[in-house]
Amino acid sequence: MSVLTQTAGPASTLDIETVRRDFPILRREVRGKRLVYLDNAATTQKPQAVIDRIVKYYAEENSNVHRGVHYLSEVATEAYEGARKIVKDFLNARDVKEIVFTRGTTESINLVAQSWGRRNIGAGDEVIISAIEHHSNIVPWQMICDEKGARLRIIPVNDQGELSLDEYEKMLGNRVKLVAIGHISNALGTVNPIRKMTELAHAAGAVVLIDGAQGVPHGVVDVRDIDCDFYAFSGHKVYAPTGVGVLYGKQALLQAMPPWQGGGDMILSVSFEKTTYNSLPYKFEAGTPNIEGVIGLGEALRYISGLGVANVAAWEHDLLLYATARLQEIEGLTIIGTAADKASVISFVLEGVHPHDIGTILDQEGIAVRTGHHCAQPLMMRFNVPATGRASFGLYNTREEADLLVEGLHKVIEVFR
Amino acid sequence: MSDLRELYQQVILDHNRNPRNFKELPGAMRKVEGFNPLCGDHYTVFLNLDGDVIREVTFTGSGCAISKASASVMSSTVKGKSTEEANQLFDTFHSLVTGDTSTVDAGELGRLAAFSGVSEFPARVKCATLAWHTLRTALEGEQESITTE
Ligand SMILES: Cc1ncc(COP(=O)(O)O)c(C=O)c1O
Repeated sequence: MSVLTQTAGPASTLDIETVRRDFPILRREVRGKRLVYLDNAATTQKPQAVIDRIVKYYAEENSNVHRGVHYLSEVATEAYEGARKIVKDFLNARDVKEIVFTRGTTESINLVAQSWGRRNIGAGDEVIISAIEHHSNIVPWQMICDEKGARLRIIPVNDQGELSLDEYEKMLGNRVKLVAIGHISNALGTVNPIRKMTELAHAAGAVVLIDGAQGVPHGVVDVRDIDCDFYAFSGHKVYAPTGVGVLYGKQALLQAMPPWQGGGDMILSVSFEKTTYNSLPYKFEAGTPNIEGVIGLGEALRYISGLGVANVAAWEHDLLLYATARLQEIEGLTIIGTAADKASVISFVLEGVHPHDIGTILDQEGIAVRTGHHCAQPLMMRFNVPATGRASFGLYNTREEADLLVEGLHKVIEVFR
Repeated sequence: MSDLRELYQQVILDHNRNPRNFKELPGAMRKVEGFNPLCGDHYTVFLNLDGDVIREVTFTGSGCAISKASASVMSSTVKGKSTEEANQLFDTFHSLVTGDTSTVDAGELGRLAAFSGVSEFPARVKCATLAWHTLRTALEGEQESITTE
């Protein structure tokens, strides 16, 4: 197993007791047992700081943004734009103009497909994605390819869950307009070499979008270092509220793109003859945005930065190695996805037991895991499983919780023996 | 563990391990696919009728223990029943797994009673009823696939 050959990284200095106290939901019981939340790839729990920030917004600052001359509107706008600055710094983007707030990763990808894609993808062109993408980084490209008569090409994956870079390089001909790749696979945990892949795509003249839904939660993301053209992520997977996300885009590209939704905020002036669009990033933020969500996202990123993103990643890496080793002790358990470079997401199947049954039995123990196809049906087909169980670890999880998972799986085996 | 033992009764574990009528029925009069998109359960139900009487039901596919055992028990229970009787049985079964037991006549249920524990697990009702929904569609003879969503 390649996972076990991974060496432990730098030790984390996370003060886990304090961190766990920051998340009120971790104190609750589920079915009479202490909650063991291992479904972080689906969504993460929220720290008190984020909850408090949202309460403060509604208790003291609520107003519409960019619209009023009155005091509260100024305060709300300042908080909203302050969050944009936090996101910009977090991603190491060059300018706040490059940070567009959306509803989430899905909307960010659709924005690029509908705005950039409509204009730049034509008949006979090619879009490259990979065999391990989430449905939200498949379907928007299928839609645009269907509409334009373009071809969707798929980078194959090996049995460990790693993309074939050789095949990828061969695909990169001059018809390729866009490469859209996940940073980290939500179903397998594979960390893709996105910096290298971006470099190769650029050499072939293609634009690169990274689906960072699982990237931002698990490590340092530096969009300038990656040099990708677009990077999309969701707030709710990084300890922020649902309903808010980000599209990072290089300024020149965003500048040249048409808006994709029309309405308030995205205009400078409207007459029935002619409308002048607002400047970046407002051109892409039509209508009243999710203000509390954006402010909550800013707070969540501030929280993680406080802990240290690399520190969190080191903590999670230790959990990955520990949990992987413990799970491999279980007879009949197979880990799906054993890439050399992996984040703390572990998909597995248990011989003779369907994942759905595993999920129900673990739930009785207060352990929350995801079971199913993880919005990656083509990937499930590739590995010839209808579904998997998935334990995904976040910054507040512990080795003890990995032990409880293993105990729970022994109960599953007991029921089905 | 007690709720779990209620859910995963011996009958269910047995039918999951050794599903009955688990095969294709070449030349079947009706063939309908049933999906549960949430968890990926996927079965095909094959049906032969003799007038209004169910002569044979078989199924193929994959899914959790509850869905597979339910399909298996169903396939043996409805054999020889009329369309109306089978539909009635489904209604009764549905009441059982959703916990609406006021109308359930235990005598009528036979081996289907093994699914009584499902009512404590609302998330699993769809698993228990997937094959039945699929069979009902086959009996109506109109569609070729259904989903539980
Ligand atoms: C890799 C990946 N891409 C995209 C998404 C979609 O994110 P959202 O549903 O927040 O838009 C997810 C979340 O499930 C994901 O894990």
